[in-house]
Amino acid sequence: MTHPRLASLLATLFLSSGIKSFGQQQDLLKLVEDDKPKKEYVKNAFKSTRVINAHSLEFLGKGVLDFRITHRFGPISDGGPNLYGFDEAKTRLGLDYGILKSLMVGIGRSTLGKELDGFVKFRPVWQSTGPGSFPFSIVIVSSITLDPTPAPPLDSLKFQFYSSRLAFYNGLILGRKFSESFSLQVTPEMVHRNLVDSVWQSNNVFSVGVGARLKFSKRIALVVDYHHIVYGLKPGTYTDPLAVGVDIETGGHVFQLHFSNSQGMNERALITQTTDKWLSGGIRFGFTISRVFTIVKPKTNHRQD
Amino acid sequence: MKKFNVWLGIFLLISFNGLKAQDKYFTKKGKVYFSATAKMEKVEATNRAAISVMDTKTGNIQFAVMLKGFEFEKALMQEHFNENYVESDKFPKAEFSGMVLNNADIQYAKDGLYVAKVKGKLTLHGQTKEVEAEGKITVKNGNLLLNADFDILLSDFKIDIPNLVKENISNDTKISVDCLMEPLKG
Repeated sequence: MTHPRLASLLATLFLSSGIKSFGQQQDLLKLVEDDKPKKEYVKNAFKSTRVINAHSLEFLGKGVLDFRITHRFGPISDGGPNLYGFDEAKTRLGLDYGILKSLMVGIGRSTLGKELDGFVKFRPVWQSTGPGSFPFSIVIVSSITLDPTPAPPLDSLKFQFYSSRLAFYNGLILGRKFSESFSLQVTPEMVHRNLVDSVWQSNNVFSVGVGARLKFSKRIALVVDYHHIVYGLKPGTYTDPLAVGVDIETGGHVFQLHFSNSQGMNERALITQTTDKWLSGGIRFGFTISRVFTIVKPKTNHRQD
Repeated sequence: MKKFNVWLGIFLLISFNGLKAQDKYFTKKGKVYFSATAKMEKVEATNRAAISVMDTKTGNIQFAVMLKGFEFEKALMQEHFNENYVESDKFPKAEFSGMVLNNADIQYAKDGLYVAKVKGKLTLHGQTKEVEAEGKITVKNGNLLLNADFDILLSDFKIDIPNLVKENISNDTKISVDCLMEPLKG
């Protein structure tokens, strides 16, 4: 039999239930996803744990070993006879290790003065986004350098002290990744040299370091590493170290090509021993190769149930 | 009027029947594994927090996977994956939305192993592409276990592999999905 009202009623009911289930298809994930924002730590402000010479606010992963070779040639102002600096080269070999995500250590040796160096780097505050976010990272770097060559025996007695050949560096890095392409850090820092050459020199040198990164593409970035000596070195006997470089990332290596007016590649030599001037051609070409190895594999968290 | 009531009663029985049965299943701890291993290097990672929801009445199935949740053995490889390849800051999620084509063949109320043909759209790195996979749905104790393996080409999703690492990363990537889904209440 045909009941037009019944038929239309049933038709409407069937149709509406059909539409309802179609609507549910689109919303399946929304039934389950919690869109609560989560706190996320900001990563990759710099491609490496060093800007160029100085430490960046970045760390290695936990259980990661980084083998670094930094090569610095002579100044371009040496001209043709020295192949614009290529004939002269200083090297630093370093081994860094990440103990925790925010704690790393490292040792190194420079051919310049055969100096040994060791450092500890800790990050009490990590830049983060989301709930409980913090706008920048705070990193503490502390290093010791040792000139291993004992003074010749005829020198004054004080030069025989082992401690005379030690220097200490401490820096507080305050840095922020502003965007995918730009990061900036400022480091108030100081170097304490146990023994200085003359009574006119201060044992303590204070400076402010600035490091910046500008990323051009996924794998290439421009970096600048500059330190302004504020107090402790006699004007005219030094220049502010400035280095400019390019980071190139491929697979497990980061290559950096740079120009710097410093010969020193550890903090003490960088800050207290730079004498070349950029504007006089005292620019030295150099490169750094960094290769990381995973020593301790991360524990994968197995979430049961 | 009596006949109308009978028809209405039958209709209501049919439509409300669906609401009583367990028709939606979900998980927030689904496992998604991928391997882009090439000759020179082992490239693989696992994500153990994939979100998946399935409507067994319609066969509709959806996945959402946070790319930052993929765990690698090598920290640097994980960094590169996020920064250089999938660009997870720009595209934080990979999503799949599809249908079980042979949904009618699967008896969700009865324990057993069923073959499921799934087809749908995969969105990764800002690109969407149709993918098809043959998976298994195991019904056991009121839960569903989903397993599926399928391949994708990274180039289809505009994930470029530089020439320098062509021997290290394979464009042909294997994906493996393993989800234990429980009924979604409400």
